[in-house]
Amino acid sequence: MKTVARAMGNERTMATTTPLLEKYFEAYEVVRAQGLDREPVWLQQLREDGWARFSAKGFPSTHEEDWRFTNLATLAKTPFRRAVKGEAAVSAAQLEAYRVPGAACQLVFVNGHFAPEFSEFSKLPGGLLVCSLATAIDCGREGCAPEGIEQHLGRYADMGRDVFTALNTALWEDGAYLRIRRGVVLEQPIHLLYVSAGAGAAIATHPRTLIIAEDASQAAIVEDYVSLGSEAAFSNAVTELAAGQDAIISHFLVERENLASFNVSTLRIEQSRSAQVDSHSILLGGGLVRNNVHPVLNGEGAECLINGLFVGAGGQHIDNFMLVEHARPNSNSRQFYNGILADSARGVFHGRIVVHKDAQKTDAKQTNRNLLLSDNARIDTKPQLEIYADDVKCTHGATIGQIDENQLFYLRARGIAEAEARNLLLYAFAAECLDRMRASAAREFAERLIRERLQELTSAAKQAAPAETDEEELQNWEEVG
Amino acid sequence: MALLEIQDLHASVDGHEILKGVNLTVNAGEVHSIMGPNGSGKSTLAAVLSRRSAYEVTGGRVLFNGKDLLEMEPEEAACEGVFLAFQYPVEIPGIGNAYFLRSAMNAIRKYHGEDELDAMDFLPLYKERMKLLEMDEKFMNRSVNEGFSGGEKKRNEILQLSMLEPKLAILDETDSGLDIDALRIVAQGVNAMRSPDRSFLVITHYQRLLDYIATDFVHVLVDGRIVRSGGPELALELEEKGYSSTEADVQQALPA
Repeated sequence: MKTVARAMGNERTMATTTPLLEKYFEAYEVVRAQGLDREPVWLQQLREDGWARFSAKGFPSTHEEDWRFTNLATLAKTPFRRAVKGEAAVSAAQLEAYRVPGAACQLVFVNGHFAPEFSEFSKLPGGLLVCSLATAIDCGREGCAPEGIEQHLGRYADMGRDVFTALNTALWEDGAYLRIRRGVVLEQPIHLLYVSAGAGAAIATHPRTLIIAEDASQAAIVEDYVSLGSEAAFSNAVTELAAGQDAIISHFLVERENLASFNVSTLRIEQSRSAQVDSHSILLGGGLVRNNVHPVLNGEGAECLINGLFVGAGGQHIDNFMLVEHARPNSNSRQFYNGILADSARGVFHGRIVVHKDAQKTDAKQTNRNLLLSDNARIDTKPQLEIYADDVKCTHGATIGQIDENQLFYLRARGIAEAEARNLLLYAFAAECLDRMRASAAREFAERLIRERLQELTSAAKQAAPAETDEEELQNWEEVG
Repeated sequence: MALLEIQDLHASVDGHEILKGVNLTVNAGEVHSIMGPNGSGKSTLAAVLSRRSAYEVTGGRVLFNGKDLLEMEPEEAACEGVFLAFQYPVEIPGIGNAYFLRSAMNAIRKYHGEDELDAMDFLPLYKERMKLLEMDEKFMNRSVNEGFSGGEKKRNEILQLSMLEPKLAILDETDSGLDIDALRIVAQGVNAMRSPDRSFLVITHYQRLLDYIATDFVHVLVDGRIVRSGGPELALELEEKGYSSTEADVQQALPA
């Protein structure tokens, strides 16, 4: 903290509750120095603004309404350092298990750095521009002018509201850059694999993804976070998705990092007239996960589906923060999130719908359904409507329940063993989320991951039952005032 | 050896004694009907035999095929050959009928060390049995019992019975809420399943079902005990006179 205060001078004072930020400052110094001779001035300015914002505010506390249910003390206290390119030993064989069968291409990032040697571009379809964001910016320096980066990067994700976006903006080193050409329809999904690999120390990465879907284009993108090994890591990802007029885009976020990981991701979607965007979040791993989804329906007739499944066990904490903004008339949004929580896992669903003054005839719906599999599991669910137009339809609903004993008995009375019966019931609940995905290789991939995770959950429950849960051990996240 | 031997069975729900010493022996191939007024313990008996945990057995024993049924979990009892056709079949959204039934068949086959059936083996049989019960094939991929009418749910129970081929089928008021056509179809399904090594325990409130399913024995359950047993003629007598005469007999028989 001393270092930061000195370096930043007196004009930016740090919030008194801000814990260790030195490591982030060290990272910022490196990234800024790198950028001085590589990056355009607008980008350097963006980073500086990001850092100013982050260093002024620090990590949020539970006193802030948007963070009421998620305590970041452990994250803030862990000295996550910048990941150095190439320091983690990763082999192609290790990554083999993480491919999406049928993907059009796969971009692999290891600890936030692009790894072309593991990436797969050989079957790249026409009409798709795909490369690493740092490469695209480098190209711009060489004069080959990647289109749209300056117009889009950092223009949607809101640093003022969210310090994690500010931190990402200051510190990102790479990520994916996708541009789907006007009218191009991609049949196969694009797989973006973000790998956290052991580097002998806790590392933080800040992947930045920019997806520009031109008018009437169609594509599915899978953004996938995994870890190799069991070391703690912090992934702070920001994705900006700009969907042009009549574009039809499915975005999948898959979180399956190890249980020592912290993952904060922000998906900011900007939708033009009649654009249809589906956001599917499949959150299965990670110790502390914050999933921000923020679509702005900024064109008449835009439609957005915000679909999610979160599955937590042990001491996992999964916080879903939805902010859906209707800015133009006749737009509609559907939010469906299903949560399954076992052991002492904790889930949060925070769904805010904002209907701006001009957004007449908005139709917004929100449903959050939860299954709690143990007495110690907990869900906080909170709908929030802010409506400034007078002719709108907004509904919300939440349910919290347990596995239905009558259903369980019915299955068992037909010969199905208890663990298997539970698994079938959990899968049926989870499948509501799958049913909302367009049939595709991405959906098949999601289905496999969900099946595996639920199998794990029910077989673990069977082994553990009826042992008491050890509360001490499961209490991963400290309480701070 | 008897298939099912119930000896002095006592059972409670929430500390309230419902079964107060039931004795019953069912041999292979026999059809036994249990009749009695509401609240006499008929459904409790069915629940205990299918091993529902909410019912606490406080005394007595039950042997199924020579094994202690009361030691079994519901799935074990099912795999050993006990089948309960539910009075109120449960709706399970999200699990398809065909998928569910194939899972059940395979669980039972696995228990007996047999190979699992794949969809190709399963479907022709399933479709054939559906036809027998005059069920539309569209039910196949719908969620278990979800949105089914009362009669469709009961037919679905009998469909499962016909596929799972248990040793003992307990029909818990399968006739209640059925119109005469549905009743006929259900009875037809049951009759098609009769065999020298399959027994039935038909729990019913009305004699009507027994017009369609020929029963070998009729037992009258009143206040947690079997107070009378007889042949099919007993059902007709009950239909005429009601249970009141029987209840009066019991009142007299009970110590003051």
